[in-house]
Amino acid sequence: MSVALNELTLREAIDGIRAKQFSAAEVQQAVIATVIKKNPELNVYRDFHETATDENFAEDLAGVPIAVKDNILTPGLKTTASSAVLTEYMPHYEATLAKQIREAGAFVVGKTNLDAWAHGSSTETSAFGPTKNPLNPEYIPGGSSGGSAAAIAADMAIAAIGTETSGSILGPSAWCGMVGLKPTYGRVSRYGVIAMASSLDCPGPMTKTVEDAAIMLEYMAGQDKYDGTTSPTEVPGYRDFIGKDIKGLRIGVMYLDILDSDEQRAVYETAKEELRALGAIVEDVQAMNPEPAIGMYAVLQRSEVSSNLARFDGIRYGEGRDAFGEEAKRRIMLGTYTLSKGYAEKYYIQAQRVRSLFIQDFTRLFAEYDVLVSPTMPGYALKLGESKNFAFFGEMVDKMAEPRAAAGLPAVNVPCHRDPATNLSLGLAFTAPAFQEQLAIQVADAYERATNWNPWRKRQQEGA
Amino acid sequence: MSTNEYTPIIGLEIHVEMRTNSKMFCGCPAEHFGAEPNSHTCPVCLGLPGALPVANGEAIKRTVKIGLALGCSIAEESKFDRKNYFYPDLPKGYQISQYDQPLCYEGLVHTDSGDVRITRVHLEEDTAKLQHVTLTPDQMKAANVEHADVSLLDFNRSGVPLVEIVTEPDIKTGAQAREFGKLLVQTLRYLGVSDCDMEKGSLRLEANISVQSEEEKAAGKLPNYKVEVKNLNSFRFLERAIDFEIERHTAMRRAGETPTQETRGWNDDRSVTFSQRSKEEAEDYRYFPDPDLPPLYLSQELVTEIGESLPELPQAAYIRLQSGYGLSAQNAEVFTAEREVLLAGEQLLQAAQKSELEPQTVANDVVNKKVETWILDAERVSSAPPEEVAAEVKKVLQTIAKARQTESIPAEEVHAIMDEIASTADGKDAIEKYRSGKVQVIGFLMGQLMRKLQKKVDAGEVKQVLENYLQND
Repeated sequence: MSVALNELTLREAIDGIRAKQFSAAEVQQAVIATVIKKNPELNVYRDFHETATDENFAEDLAGVPIAVKDNILTPGLKTTASSAVLTEYMPHYEATLAKQIREAGAFVVGKTNLDAWAHGSSTETSAFGPTKNPLNPEYIPGGSSGGSAAAIAADMAIAAIGTETSGSILGPSAWCGMVGLKPTYGRVSRYGVIAMASSLDCPGPMTKTVEDAAIMLEYMAGQDKYDGTTSPTEVPGYRDFIGKDIKGLRIGVMYLDILDSDEQRAVYETAKEELRALGAIVEDVQAMNPEPAIGMYAVLQRSEVSSNLARFDGIRYGEGRDAFGEEAKRRIMLGTYTLSKGYAEKYYIQAQRVRSLFIQDFTRLFAEYDVLVSPTMPGYALKLGESKNFAFFGEMVDKMAEPRAAAGLPAVNVPCHRDPATNLSLGLAFTAPAFQEQLAIQVADAYERATNWNPWRKRQQEGA
Repeated sequence: MSTNEYTPIIGLEIHVEMRTNSKMFCGCPAEHFGAEPNSHTCPVCLGLPGALPVANGEAIKRTVKIGLALGCSIAEESKFDRKNYFYPDLPKGYQISQYDQPLCYEGLVHTDSGDVRITRVHLEEDTAKLQHVTLTPDQMKAANVEHADVSLLDFNRSGVPLVEIVTEPDIKTGAQAREFGKLLVQTLRYLGVSDCDMEKGSLRLEANISVQSEEEKAAGKLPNYKVEVKNLNSFRFLERAIDFEIERHTAMRRAGETPTQETRGWNDDRSVTFSQRSKEEAEDYRYFPDPDLPPLYLSQELVTEIGESLPELPQAAYIRLQSGYGLSAQNAEVFTAEREVLLAGEQLLQAAQKSELEPQTVANDVVNKKVETWILDAERVSSAPPEEVAAEVKKVLQTIAKARQTESIPAEEVHAIMDEIASTADGKDAIEKYRSGKVQVIGFLMGQLMRKLQKKVDAGEVKQVLENYLQND
């Protein structure tokens, strides 16, 4: 069975190029052709390269075409954060992580759509129109890294990079039926990533398989002298945790009690059994209810947003402040309010206290469990246009991500169900202690291999 | 009805640009004076999207140095905060500063007119510089602008480390403010942390002024207003502006009025302050901890190490030169004006002691310019290599020693001249008066004699020969 080159996993593409089964340019060409074909319908990419290149690439990533979220600075490709404020912005310098993957041999094929400034969980707040879910184009892909998720789900890239402040990598990965890895805060440099909420932002890989995510993370992780919040903690070989068994690992299961429906609860009960069948010790745990995280996250994130967006003051970058979209304006106003004298104590400082409580709760849980598993999202993707009927839509659907974001913890999403009626996907999130990405990778990879929910893994296993 | 006595309540805020190699949060050179506009910039100090600050460790150490020199406690844990406000010279829309955990706090400085408590010393970044210019029609065309009056931005200064020193309102007069300011500059220069050049803008002075009624004083209450005088670019202006404001406030309060809470400037041509903008409500800067910068933890070892690296401070040196070398207060002041002067000057004093010259008279000769030397010229001294300073010290002492060296006077020469004097009417008269017991006329005779000798001679020695002459003949 021959596989189209754009449908390859990262691992397959690298191996094939190194073995000279095909060239990097051929893989690029296959991806670009798919982009040109599908982009008008799905609106996945902003700026992208329309031709392959025959330049030489470092053999690590071997010239494989990789999609990068459009809030990451890439000279040579416009970087807009999907906001009209930066419509024509061509960056003057390169984000550290973009440089790292480029030097490792990545071909950055294009920039993917996002909720403007990463404000949202649907990719509908983009100034350039929503991205559609490749699993079912009537539905949203989730967000804010909806473009990167759709690029993978539609085989419009071999691997992609997203950013997560809370839920923006895992959420769209769950809804688009692929893999997303949110690293520990400080594991991957934020230098050159247009800031959303600086104390929470984490760039990470969005890929076809867990193994691909592990490969990408090896090139993205590490201390950066340009980002004082990156950690000197050594970067382990994440690939070494691929294909390992999980016998005896202690897995705590949380948040099943706050799902949208019994049908979904049944999906996750099955997942528990599948993990147990792999030899893990799987137990239900009582984690702190994530409801207070919605307010905590909304306050902290908007406070930081109001300050981070102040630099787009209409003097530089070519567009006035009226170019901000509604969502950004709402967030700036709310954040300005929560930091104001007399209100900071009630909101910002109170939110910091709540943040500490969540951190303590995870410390308690990780004293007993190696990895925590939970649904990634409380339900399925919504239809395009529906999300605007919900105030704080993003905060509501990301409530399972917010406690983890507050604690800066790493997590991996893998698909765990496909609805036969809509073709929509549900995801399973594995959360690990800080700087223990490899534990989440190990469990997620074992689960992925043992089940049929990942289409690329399934294709590999059926072909084998 | 209030009484007529008012006590001035004055606090100072002083901004000092530090002379580190690189800027506060990026690697660009911190030196900006005279540089081609926008030549010392990078994504960080231009505030470009995605750029992140990384704190300059040397600037933090220097701030601790300043704090220790001003008798402050040093915070074990400190942090940077964002001060949010809009201004075209602030590219991020916020300034990285320190809000509630400054690096240094609660210090004390002694002035002749009383102690001045230091509230805090904190570290922040400078802003870019705005220049308001009028373009020629050609320039307008080249720049493609419609209006001739434009504002230009130079980001070379953006992100230069800036230390803010805040005093308690302990200052009572313009003169005391001036003394404090001068002492502060002298101290900062001793520490080598800043050139404190007001013309280059590396030192900026602000005074917060109000006057307190006796009732307020009795109730331990500060006045319910304060006036900020800004952009004072000399200590003389600081002094005059403060004195002007004290008088203005006192007159107003005596008349039952309260001065408007506002920011004022100083017009030196007219010797008045003038209103710049009213400041009825405190601005809300929406401070919060900068999430891009991890908190700072200063170990006791580091603080001790920095403390041990401090040079002798000017006030200590001033006292030591008086007690150790017998210098007059005035000379000690000149010798301690700058650290480089103190170092070279003390070499001179030590060398003087070794060569059995009195340090205080050597100091006198140098201060009163009886010897030509650059040993007290701070600029010259600091650019001179040690050998050159040593050579200059030697030269000065030789000159002085030579000046002291007297030619021996042959008694017969004195006698011959005295015979000559004795032959004049005045001379004869004086000699007779002396011999009849009016010994004070010897002064007149000495004067005559010295003038005729026309040589550098030891006056005491001459006097002795003269006395012999007068007593023997």
